[in-house]
Amino acid sequence: MATIKFSLNGKAQSVDVSPQMPLLWVLRDTLGMTGTKFGCGMALCGACTVHLNGTAIRSCITPISTVAGKNVLTIEGLSPDSSHAVQKAWTELDVPQCGYCQSGQIMAAAALLGKKAKPTDADIDEVMRGNICRCGTYQGIRSAIHRASEILTASNGGSNKGGAA
Amino acid sequence: MITVRKVDRRSFLKVGLGSAAGLTIGFALPESARLTAQTAGSRVFALNGYIHIGADDTVTLVLAKSEMGQGPMTALSQLLAEELECDWKRIHTEFAPVDPKLYGAMQGTFGSMSVRTGWDPMRKAGATAREMLLQAAAQKWGVDKSQCRAENGTVLNTANNQRLTFGALAEDAAKLPAPAGAPLKSPGDFKIIGKSLKRLDTPLKVNGTAKFGLDAKLPGMQYAVLARCPVFGGKVKSFDDTKAKAVPGVKQVVQISNGVAVIADNTWNAMEGRRALQIQWDEGALANLDSAGIRKMMADATEKPGAVARKVGDAPAALNTAGKKIEAVYEAPYLSHAPMEPMNCTADVRADGCDVYAATQIQTAAHQTAMQITGLSGDKVKIHTMFLGGGFGRRGGADFIQEAVEISKAVGIPVKLTWSREDDMTHDLYRPASYTKFTGALDAEGWPAVWHTRVACPSFAGMRNGVDFAAVQGIDDIEYGIPNIQVEYTKADPGIPTTYWRSVGYSQNTFFTESFLDELAAAGGKDPLEIRRRLLAKNPRMLAVVELAAEKANWGKPLPAGHARGIAVVNNIGSFNAQVAEISVEKGKLRVHRVVCAVDCGEVVNPQIVEAQIQSGIVYGLSAALKSGITIKNGRVEQQNFNQYEVLRIDEMPVVEVHIVPSHQAPGGIGEASTPSTAPAVANALFALTGKRVRKLPIRSEDLA
Repeated sequence: MATIKFSLNGKAQSVDVSPQMPLLWVLRDTLGMTGTKFGCGMALCGACTVHLNGTAIRSCITPISTVAGKNVLTIEGLSPDSSHAVQKAWTELDVPQCGYCQSGQIMAAAALLGKKAKPTDADIDEVMRGNICRCGTYQGIRSAIHRASEILTASNGGSNKGGAA
Repeated sequence: MITVRKVDRRSFLKVGLGSAAGLTIGFALPESARLTAQTAGSRVFALNGYIHIGADDTVTLVLAKSEMGQGPMTALSQLLAEELECDWKRIHTEFAPVDPKLYGAMQGTFGSMSVRTGWDPMRKAGATAREMLLQAAAQKWGVDKSQCRAENGTVLNTANNQRLTFGALAEDAAKLPAPAGAPLKSPGDFKIIGKSLKRLDTPLKVNGTAKFGLDAKLPGMQYAVLARCPVFGGKVKSFDDTKAKAVPGVKQVVQISNGVAVIADNTWNAMEGRRALQIQWDEGALANLDSAGIRKMMADATEKPGAVARKVGDAPAALNTAGKKIEAVYEAPYLSHAPMEPMNCTADVRADGCDVYAATQIQTAAHQTAMQITGLSGDKVKIHTMFLGGGFGRRGGADFIQEAVEISKAVGIPVKLTWSREDDMTHDLYRPASYTKFTGALDAEGWPAVWHTRVACPSFAGMRNGVDFAAVQGIDDIEYGIPNIQVEYTKADPGIPTTYWRSVGYSQNTFFTESFLDELAAAGGKDPLEIRRRLLAKNPRMLAVVELAAEKANWGKPLPAGHARGIAVVNNIGSFNAQVAEISVEKGKLRVHRVVCAVDCGEVVNPQIVEAQIQSGIVYGLSAALKSGITIKNGRVEQQNFNQYEVLRIDEMPVVEVHIVPSHQAPGGIGEASTPSTAPAVANALFALTGKRVRKLPIRSEDLA
């Protein structure tokens, strides 16, 4: 057991767990934040995607010890009211079906837009191929990422340079 | 801390429902946590088993169907709301408890039935409730009911423009007898049915608040994982839990019927404990089973005649006199469902009751399983349906529910059982493998004259007259006008557990039949579209989707160099769809560029959900066509996770175009409609491109040149 301190969705957080315990299970079981999903446990499906210091990571293979002192952002903290451009676009286009993978899809998309405000289809393929959707919402995801890019551009007066996350 | 509220029926209200809805008693359901927050202090009045209205005008629609992405939460709400005339923005939904009186003896979600079976009762329930609200308003105002009109959650007195909200009328309405034969709208008057209203579940699924099975949490709950024998049918011989119990956080280790459970203070510690378990297995009768042996068993089964599933004309005699015969063997592997949410279940077994929180497709099976294990009566066992992180047929099984209930019973506390991805993939109930032999012959003009099929496949739906209907569906019901047809079935079951997989028998059989029809077309020098046109001449709905898909895909028009098209059509679940796939082979890799799908699913409730489901089914079909297969070695499944059981990812997603045939025919299903026709459309395109016929899925790199 070890005490690990980090920032979770902008607030100081401290947990007392095994240092090897993956961030995913700390979020879900220790902290009761179930928006982040378990899909494969091997970073193969992307359902557990969260941001660590602004970069998309797979929380299922991230030991909690490596999170100490860093900023973790989960779906619960992406916006207080589903107002993030990615959430708006997802809602506008009704992207989710079963919805289980969508927290991970949204966090991956938000990180992509944070780094590249106007991603091409090839950019989307490269990043989003890490996130499986068995319902096959891929066409909606692609459209919604382009739409979120438009929303961001409009809200930044047409000069968006990133910073989506 | 997010917890799932335990819910109990709070009160019963005798409502005396109209026989139209087939119901006799309505009852008030408890408010959900969400509803409670918004209706604090209000009472909820039941107008029937599907509708409750709060004094604050909140309309709660009770869903006896599971939401796994296919959209019943929204579509069934549209059916109710169309007739109820409520305010769409005030609608909330709740999943129904198990109640055979209200929701039938097999309460569940399977066979793409939600809209098909809900079309009448949901609209009648809405209309009946609307009439009760109108009557209540008429009595309150002392006017004739004909003077009152329901609109947007209110009743209007058309003589003086006075209005009362549904909430203000609900208590009085609930005391009235339900009228029989409440009038239903004609399709021309629909305002909600047929519109792409936004899904009701989307807001919960873009911010992490939707509660799936795996998100259940109860006070005092602990976390379990289960070690199962890697060989199907194997049992625990002995185990040593010394090291497992030494893992920090591990509380208990117990043996149940399916294996050895480790219970800990969180899922991770339970998994660590399981890694430390030492178990001796009795691997049982299947310990030497492998895929080659299974294939031989099935191939041998097709050497002799099987039970006849369909007979038209005299195919064996016609084959004896036929000139050139076209023979082909088609094969499909076992498949895992691999929903994104692995199996799981939370159970709380007490002396006086049992609560089960589960992402289940069949509530009745969950209920009966829990009753059997606990010995409790039905009214003491509550099934709480959560959102399903994908189902595809897998969640019709109750194996994961049985395990959780057994564990909770053994340890006497609430327990959440989580399956790892590896558990899920190696202990699925699989889509069965099939080995199917076709023999065909042509007439003098080159059109099909004989169609003979021998299917060898496990029985996974139940035998009748020697035939498993699921194993032959998609073959014995082909609609092609061929004068001599014979379809035979031989059960060949090596013992791998099986169940339904999205589109059931059609999932493999439509690949077989639509590919073999293409073989007959090629043998007779016919165009794949032309042969379907001719042989479907007496089936206008099949023909119409074929024509529409061909037209929208520019069938027959030039394509870029190295591209080719293939076509396939299917009639399943009461709907019809044809697909044209456009493919190329680039750098030794098959690329599906575009799939054009024309679908006739009768009356459409929500076009956007129909389109999304068609896309969804095509992606599911493409994974099976291009990627996935389960193989067996030493009685074990070889694939453990998504690196070994690959599925389609976004970079391989084709452009999918969906064209819906306008129709006022009875609604058909949609969730499983499009999966069957994708693989044959792709394989037929590959033949058009390379001249090489693929007869075994998934398509491998050696099939491409």
